[in-house]
Amino acid sequence: MAVVSHEFKELRLDGVSREFGALNALKDVDLTVKRGEFIALLGPSGCGKSTALNCLAGLLPLSAGSIWLDGHRIDTLGPERRGFGMVFQNYALFPHMSVRRNVGFGLVTQRRPRAEIERRVEEALALVRLTGQADKLPGQISGGQQQRVAIARAVVVEPPLVLMDEPLSNLDAKLRLEMRAEIRRIHQVVGGATIYVTHDQDEALSLADRIVVMREGRVRQVGTPEELYGRPTHPDVAEFMGYRNLLPSVAVADGNLLSVTISGAKVRGVPIDATPGQVTVAIRPEDLTPATDAPIPAKVEAAEYRGRDFYGFARADDGTALYFRSEARVAPGETVRLGAPAERVLVYAEAFAA
Amino acid sequence: MRRDSGLAARLWAICIWTLVGFFVINLAAMIASVVVNSFGTRWFATWLPSGYTGRWYALAWNEFQLPAILIVTVEVVGAVVLLSGLIGVPAAYAMARRDFPGKRAVLLLFLLPLLVPPITYGIPLATVLYQAGFAGNISGVIMANLVPTIPFVVLIMIPFVEQIDPRVEAAARVFGAGITRLFVTVLVPLLMPGVLAALMLVLVRTIAMFELTFLTAGPTSQTLVVALYYAVFAAGVRPGQSVDAMAVVYMVTTMAALLVALRFVNPTQIVTRGKR
Amino acid sequence: MSVPELAQSGVPQRASHHVPLRVRLKQRGLDGVTLLVLPGVFVVLALFVYPFLYGLLLSFAPKEGGWLKNYAAFFADPFLYGTIFTTLLIAVPATLVNVLVSIPVALRVRLMYRQRLLTTILVIPITLGTVLVAEGLLTYLGPRGWLNRVLIGIGLIDHPVLLIHNYWGVFLSLVITGFPFTFLLTLSYVTGIDPSLEQAGAMLGARARERFWRVLLPLLVPGLTITLALSFVQAFSVFPSAVLLGAPSGPTRVISIAAYQAAFEQYDYSMASAIAMIMAACQVVIVVLLLAARGLFYKGPASTGKG
Repeated sequence: MAVVSHEFKELRLDGVSREFGALNALKDVDLTVKRGEFIALLGPSGCGKSTALNCLAGLLPLSAGSIWLDGHRIDTLGPERRGFGMVFQNYALFPHMSVRRNVGFGLVTQRRPRAEIERRVEEALALVRLTGQADKLPGQISGGQQQRVAIARAVVVEPPLVLMDEPLSNLDAKLRLEMRAEIRRIHQVVGGATIYVTHDQDEALSLADRIVVMREGRVRQVGTPEELYGRPTHPDVAEFMGYRNLLPSVAVADGNLLSVTISGAKVRGVPIDATPGQVTVAIRPEDLTPATDAPIPAKVEAAEYRGRDFYGFARADDGTALYFRSEARVAPGETVRLGAPAERVLVYAEAFAA
Repeated sequence: MRRDSGLAARLWAICIWTLVGFFVINLAAMIASVVVNSFGTRWFATWLPSGYTGRWYALAWNEFQLPAILIVTVEVVGAVVLLSGLIGVPAAYAMARRDFPGKRAVLLLFLLPLLVPPITYGIPLATVLYQAGFAGNISGVIMANLVPTIPFVVLIMIPFVEQIDPRVEAAARVFGAGITRLFVTVLVPLLMPGVLAALMLVLVRTIAMFELTFLTAGPTSQTLVVALYYAVFAAGVRPGQSVDAMAVVYMVTTMAALLVALRFVNPTQIVTRGKR
Repeated sequence: MSVPELAQSGVPQRASHHVPLRVRLKQRGLDGVTLLVLPGVFVVLALFVYPFLYGLLLSFAPKEGGWLKNYAAFFADPFLYGTIFTTLLIAVPATLVNVLVSIPVALRVRLMYRQRLLTTILVIPITLGTVLVAEGLLTYLGPRGWLNRVLIGIGLIDHPVLLIHNYWGVFLSLVITGFPFTFLLTLSYVTGIDPSLEQAGAMLGARARERFWRVLLPLLVPGLTITLALSFVQAFSVFPSAVLLGAPSGPTRVISIAAYQAAFEQYDYSMASAIAMIMAACQVVIVVLLLAARGLFYKGPASTGKG
């Protein structure tokens, strides 16, 4: 396949910061991206992920720090000179140009010969499976098709790095799933690095080789999807990754593990940089299940049928809110005993502030 | 987005801002020269007048019958503002809330007086008003000035009315409000900012509206701007400083109206409403 | 959008399907509220449409001679038909200057944070109106006014340049009163372009100049033609400046002066109407040409489809 990107080995962000008045949109972001990697920048609104992407693109200047591409400093270059491809959240297709001219825009800027432009545009359209639409205007094609045009336009110039800013957020759920697979496929064919911004942890988990979780302008954790799913390093990361039960507690040593008290019951959990004393306990609802010998008694307040199982909300005797999962039917008013395997109970030293 | 910071880009920026600055400076200087002249005793070959006095204002006040003219201006502008509000706001309500056959024609009808410049329709209008006997006194002036202002109010108010969720009105009706109560307790408070904005703009535009008043006014029904025109026209006869004194009075009036208007509207709306 | 139908509950649904007239009218959007439009419509019809039609007919009914006599007389007399060219000579350059200068200025200003101060300053000439600007220029541009003093003072010229009671005074007044209007219109069109389009252009390697020609300008053209049309129409109607600041007997005898004189100096209302019609026709021709040219360009929204 002809749409492949140029050689580059590594992109490095070094202490990248951006201030906006008194607001720290980004603070001391360090990251190294290798050729071929698919990196997801994940976090809630306002965490700085889009700011980081725009700084990488050159659309925003840095307040501090530097960005290096294979030993060349690029943060002093304008966006026109960096040669990255970018897919915008609203696609930003030129409304007055046909699909073909949109895709060929970057090649025309490079003053390529006409025959080469035509050939490469056709190849890019074939890559995104949009060959029949080449002469339509953006206003005449659907949202999903517009998105493919945006991708084709970004990759046709063979950029070393492709930046994507929440490209799937405007699509309906079914289309989103389809396009997810497409994006991964295109990334592999193109062969460069992709940096993908999203607030959807499912997207990040399924697409990325490594995920960068951000919050309030800082990087909280960088890791593979498995690492982030199973071993978030901070309670706020855990919360974002779906650990809905975040309970303050007190821990005592228990061999290699820690024992914490939840509503009077003793539960054992894995310490994440935690020592006996004040801790925060994180448990996924999927891991908290009712069993006759489980430690925590609680009264079910609500239960949602999800086909394969039930997703429930219960209150322990001391009023603690607990989200759990049950394969058998549970009904509001029932009393259950909830527990989780020790390796799925994570214990943190930090307090969690919502 | 970050701007290009190369040398060429910066030179271009300097060029643009110099041009803008040039415009603003000349504008300010033009206004200032009128003001200075109105206070000067004699001003011939020097940068500034040889002395200062306020007598030109007294002169202008009497010679140009400014008190009477100011009263006429207030009457005309007041009537135009009031009438265009009373006629225009309900019309805008109807246009926003009802879809009737011929609505597009009516919209065009309201758009035309805003697109055609006043002098073009003013001459036929003046002809008709003279034949009907309205021109030459204040009623004709008011009628002529209503032509651009009613459509202006309508076109400004339509988006304001559309902004009010019709379900709010429906809810009021469900709770038993009749039409008058609906108007007074629901619509008027919600529309008031828009109405004030529209009427302020009408105020500013009518004070400065020259052609229509010029063509329809008689000697006792001139507004300030028309009187100023005649004063400048006859400038050979009267001392230039007193004409400038009158000009300053006019300027103060329009600027005062502008300042009041700006409390309610964005400066862009004075110009572009109805044109986009 | 209509208020949801609440009053339908009383309609009897009988086999005869008789629907009262009131309800039928209401379904078509005609009820008491719709009538609120009438006073406004009446005013515009009576004071705009009717005078225009009356004037049109009157122009074909001269005091003496056949029905085309007014128009024939107009086009036979250079003192009269020359006014068209005089007006065009003033209006076209002024409009072009205003529109062409407004483009780069608007592109710059849209990046500013405190635009409101600038737009407020620019609204001042419009608020002051053409008469005051004419008087102001008479003082400021006069042979002893400050502008000439400054130019002599810095050595650019050695005797005062004549800027009043001629073409240049009128031209400058059209720029001062016309530029703010043109600029604000252009600014509104420029800010209507989605900024992400320019960002996309930059990411694809296009520098500022190329972005302007390939992305911004094509998207601005539809709005610019409207701005051109409106600015031209305004400039073509120049009247008090041409009298006060120009030389109304000759070089700046614009068509509005001819119409005014016919009406109020010669009391020939028929001829005056004819001249007003010709004036309107000139404006319509140019506007139609501009709109036709606009039709050749992309006219859709200046932002992307979704998002």
